[in-house]
Amino acid sequence: MMEWVLYACLAIGLLFNFLAVVGLLRFPDVYTRLHAGTKCATFGSIFLSLAVILYGLWRFYDGNEAMAALSVHAFIALVALLLTNPTGAHAIARAAHRSGVVPLQAVVDDLEEHNQQSMPTSQEEKNVE
Amino acid sequence: MWAFIGTTVFCFIVWLALSFNGHMWANDELLAGAVLSVAAGVVARTLFVRDFKMAHPKRWLFFLAYLFPFFYEMAKANLDVAYRVVTGRIRPGIVKISPGLKSDIALTMLANSITLTPGTLSVDLDEDNNLYVHWINVDEGALEEMPRPCRPVCASFSQWARRVAE
Repeated sequence: MMEWVLYACLAIGLLFNFLAVVGLLRFPDVYTRLHAGTKCATFGSIFLSLAVILYGLWRFYDGNEAMAALSVHAFIALVALLLTNPTGAHAIARAAHRSGVVPLQAVVDDLEEHNQQSMPTSQEEKNVE
Repeated sequence: MWAFIGTTVFCFIVWLALSFNGHMWANDELLAGAVLSVAAGVVARTLFVRDFKMAHPKRWLFFLAYLFPFFYEMAKANLDVAYRVVTGRIRPGIVKISPGLKSDIALTMLANSITLTPGTLSVDLDEDNNLYVHWINVDEGALEEMPRPCRPVCASFSQWARRVAE
């Protein structure tokens, strides 16, 4: 019974990680690829970590005390992943937009408009100086 | 002083969890952890604790309660992105939203939540605390207003971020 729960977690995790890879290959530009590469990967990794945590707890319940450490460590890894993954994606997206990567097929780009509105004023200030 | 104590205690708890191996900790392990935690507390106290607003237990309870709608949204939106990966139907665009939050912690929490729920990815933040969000499937109706409505982009996250950290 417990094995099947673990297999289900592993299957869901692998499915979403697989979808992340497909998305990386399929999507047109850096932003949409980040969507696939960070989020599906995070969701998949949550389920993979969950499988490890459940396995550790199961073994701990059976009397193997050292296995509780597996659960604790996998949980800390999961928290670290949840904190760092969106931050990294945000940094990459911001750097890409600052270095002038245009979102392909975009229907709207408010950030570009904002930058164009604020750019001339900063140049005028420089000219005044 | 309280900033130093809080940072040290937090570091020590993380150390205990990381060095846990199913038995009680050995004395030398605890000593090494204590020394390193104090060192980390001295160095990082001004980075880890800016003010004591977050020390209120009510905020922690709100944070724990927030995890449930967050994971629900995350699961729902992941299925949506899985559908988009398979079919390739996307309408990307960068939209501007003003969540009306001021504190750094609330904005960080909101931006990270937006990024983790698939379909949206926070790109940048301007001086007036407006977020710029890359949205993989821009809604027609959302383009009529400026700044764009918060609701379709970040669900109820901005209210939760306000409750937890504002």
